[in-house]
Amino acid sequence: MPGFLLPSATLLAQSILSGIFVGALYGLLGLGLSLSWGLLRLINLAHFAFAFLAAYLCYQLATMGMDPLLTLVAIVPLFFSLGAALHAALARFELSPFNSLLVTFGLTGIVEAVIQSIWTADFRKLESSYGERHFKIAGLFVPLPELVTLLLAAGLSLAVWAVLRYTDLGKALRASAEDAPIAAAFGINRRRNALLLAGTCSALASVAGVCLALGFTLAPSQIYAWIGVVFAAVMLGGLGRALAPLIAGIVIGVSEAVTMAVTAPSWAPLVSFTLLIAILLLRPGRAA
Amino acid sequence: MRTPIAIVCVAVALAFVPALGLPAFYDSLLYLVLNWIVLATSWNILSGYTGYFSFGHGAFFGVGMYTTSTLLARWNWPFLWTLPAAAAVACALGVALGAIVFRVKGIRGEVFALLTLAVTFVVGTIIVNTPIDGGNGVSLAAVPVPVIGPTPSSTFYLLALAAATVTLLVAWGITVSKLGAGLFAIHDDEDAAEVMGVPTYRYKLIALAISCALAGVAGGIHALFLNYVTVGEVFTITVPLTVVLMSVLGGTRHWAGPAVGAVAITLLLYSFTAANYAVAGKAMVGLILIASILFMPGGILPRLQRTFVRRRVAPTQPPALEPPPVQPAAVATGEVMLAVRGLAKSFRGVQALCGVDVEVRRGEILGLLGPNGSGKSTFINVVSGHYLPSGGSVMFEGQELAGREAHRIARAGISRTYQIPRPFGNQSVLDNVALATLFGAGVSSPAAARREAMTWLTFTGLQGKAHAHPDQLNLHQRKFLELARALASRPRLVLLDEVLSGLTPSEIDDAVALVRRIRDHGSTVVFVEHVMRAVMALTDRVVVFDHGELLAEGTATEVMLRSDVMAAYLGQAYAAPEPAPAEAPSNAERDHA
Repeated sequence: MPGFLLPSATLLAQSILSGIFVGALYGLLGLGLSLSWGLLRLINLAHFAFAFLAAYLCYQLATMGMDPLLTLVAIVPLFFSLGAALHAALARFELSPFNSLLVTFGLTGIVEAVIQSIWTADFRKLESSYGERHFKIAGLFVPLPELVTLLLAAGLSLAVWAVLRYTDLGKALRASAEDAPIAAAFGINRRRNALLLAGTCSALASVAGVCLALGFTLAPSQIYAWIGVVFAAVMLGGLGRALAPLIAGIVIGVSEAVTMAVTAPSWAPLVSFTLLIAILLLRPGRAA
Repeated sequence: MRTPIAIVCVAVALAFVPALGLPAFYDSLLYLVLNWIVLATSWNILSGYTGYFSFGHGAFFGVGMYTTSTLLARWNWPFLWTLPAAAAVACALGVALGAIVFRVKGIRGEVFALLTLAVTFVVGTIIVNTPIDGGNGVSLAAVPVPVIGPTPSSTFYLLALAAATVTLLVAWGITVSKLGAGLFAIHDDEDAAEVMGVPTYRYKLIALAISCALAGVAGGIHALFLNYVTVGEVFTITVPLTVVLMSVLGGTRHWAGPAVGAVAITLLLYSFTAANYAVAGKAMVGLILIASILFMPGGILPRLQRTFVRRRVAPTQPPALEPPPVQPAAVATGEVMLAVRGLAKSFRGVQALCGVDVEVRRGEILGLLGPNGSGKSTFINVVSGHYLPSGGSVMFEGQELAGREAHRIARAGISRTYQIPRPFGNQSVLDNVALATLFGAGVSSPAAARREAMTWLTFTGLQGKAHAHPDQLNLHQRKFLELARALASRPRLVLLDEVLSGLTPSEIDDAVALVRRIRDHGSTVVFVEHVMRAVMALTDRVVVFDHGELLAEGTATEVMLRSDVMAAYLGQAYAAPEPAPAEAPSNAERDHA
């Protein structure tokens, strides 16, 4: 383990900035997961598989000449229907949260196999004009793909927050999560709302997937690399809340980046998982 | 005793496989199957039996691997001596983790799974960043492999065979022991188990320790088998998910379930890999996991058992004897057995009990009355140890019980029922009652506990339902099952929380007669009830609570005529000045029954 050398101010600022950027992606991935866990009582591991599937689709369409961000037009509706269809199938079974975790893990394995058989197990990197563009602000390096991710994450989190807080649909969703039979007795169409929400979660996963394709190298096995840290962000933020995953994700991203700058990159997981352990021990009720 | 003999016989037969002179790769394949049997079965001892699904098995397995590889590569220990060390280190990690995690209420299900997964990543990160691993993994290429058996490759096979045999014997032994009964009760309802005398914290810790030690041994053997140990391969989510898959597929409530799942999954994956369809194999495993959870939630083994073992006739019970007496005959009735002084309980500022004094005399039936929210159920919950009191003392037969764990209070001779029955849903009616006998009454063998439990089923009139499951009972029978469970621990004091609520008038008559028989049998009874007819018929004395305070005390007839009691029950307007109208008690009954 190298000594704790204090890095220069610019290096520190740069690593904080990159922590914010990667944290935004944690938050974007965590948003759909948190909504599905908190409001639908489904712990959807397949969320990560969907994100990667969307990333590969974006990669495929972009290599065929489409603008990577424009692929969202095709990808988002596709994944909305995919998520709604999956939920329609799962809703037939009264799954406990834990069993939903196992079922969606099985689904993740299937999606991973599909990805591997189409795009092989090799690493793929999307080459686009976005990757080359970047800004310099106050001496700091700001790559365009990461900036797009941050803006998308912030915009979508705010939009979801506003819907949950101010619209009838949002109130109905929160009421159903709190006490489904009572909500149903008040005339809330739980089935339709749940399908809508499941579709939205999956659409959010696909947006995160496009961001993933813009900024990261893809490989089927990478699906599992994101699970731990995104769960940490979700638990840290609290379930079913729209802004919390983004904020928690950025907290984790920044603390990881600073850890990497001060010690070695391989120490980074210690931060997020120690945070997760602490949260679970101190506030176990958050996931109840 | 046929099961352990069968396990040992199969193991001895399998020990001759290397002598057949098969190609070495068969030894390796069989080794892998056995290694997964050890891992899945050891996981199941905690997670399957108690329902605490751990995702940290990769950590315990990995710690075993690194213990062995460090001792081999750095200190040149002989290989076989590293295995107990691997078990000890993995076990120590597990016990340290459990000692913290099991103390926090509410860490169950998915929270426990996430927590143990996070611990896996933390331990992995520490190992990869310290000289234990050094970042590049540990190579064991220079370590000589001891030769056990006829061929070099048979060493690992025979070691894993021995480990699997021990693991299966342990897993079977637990299911037929008192430990197993306690673990299965924790699975169904941990609070109820604790109240019936199961030391839940200690039992979970023991199960975790056994589970980790076995996983550590598997890791130690596997380290040398792989020859090269890296963090990326074991401290992952895939190891725990594979063992979960195997156990869920085979059946988590049976000792052999995980082994069945391990054989099926390992051979399936192997056959796909051998045919160069590894990717298809991965998808297949996913599909099997989904199908087994959705359509066969109990697992293969219970499914097969239901199909093939149905013909076995339910064991005929010997004619039920009288239940054992609860206390030595020569104890004076009338003395104070339970003295509660200044008992207080607050929930985040809400004062549910603010310092009540209650005395219970041996041999009496004490009615505990009061409007809803007056603190009656809280009183029972605090005295039985379900809640910790915020203040005050509970002296029972000269022992201070306030602040003790619920299972110790149960063993001291106090038992309780729940207002809404909380039977252990996966166990038969007989086993529900036998659990109380086993832990509350301190009977040591499960067979003897079942015999004694049968007498309590007869006592409560449930003998015909002994082999039914609790969900096949109606409310009336479930309430009587609660009573049978409470009695089976041979308590000297029984706390009954609204046993009559929701019953029809004729069922109430049965229950009233039963409560009287409980007292005649030697137990003292505290009886929370709204049904005034029963209170009048049964109680020797009543105490009335209101807003967490003691309002009145005396015989039922005199207390119910007091104007402050009527005001508490019916509102100020009904609090007629003395003398009270004669129908006041029946008013109360109509409003609160």
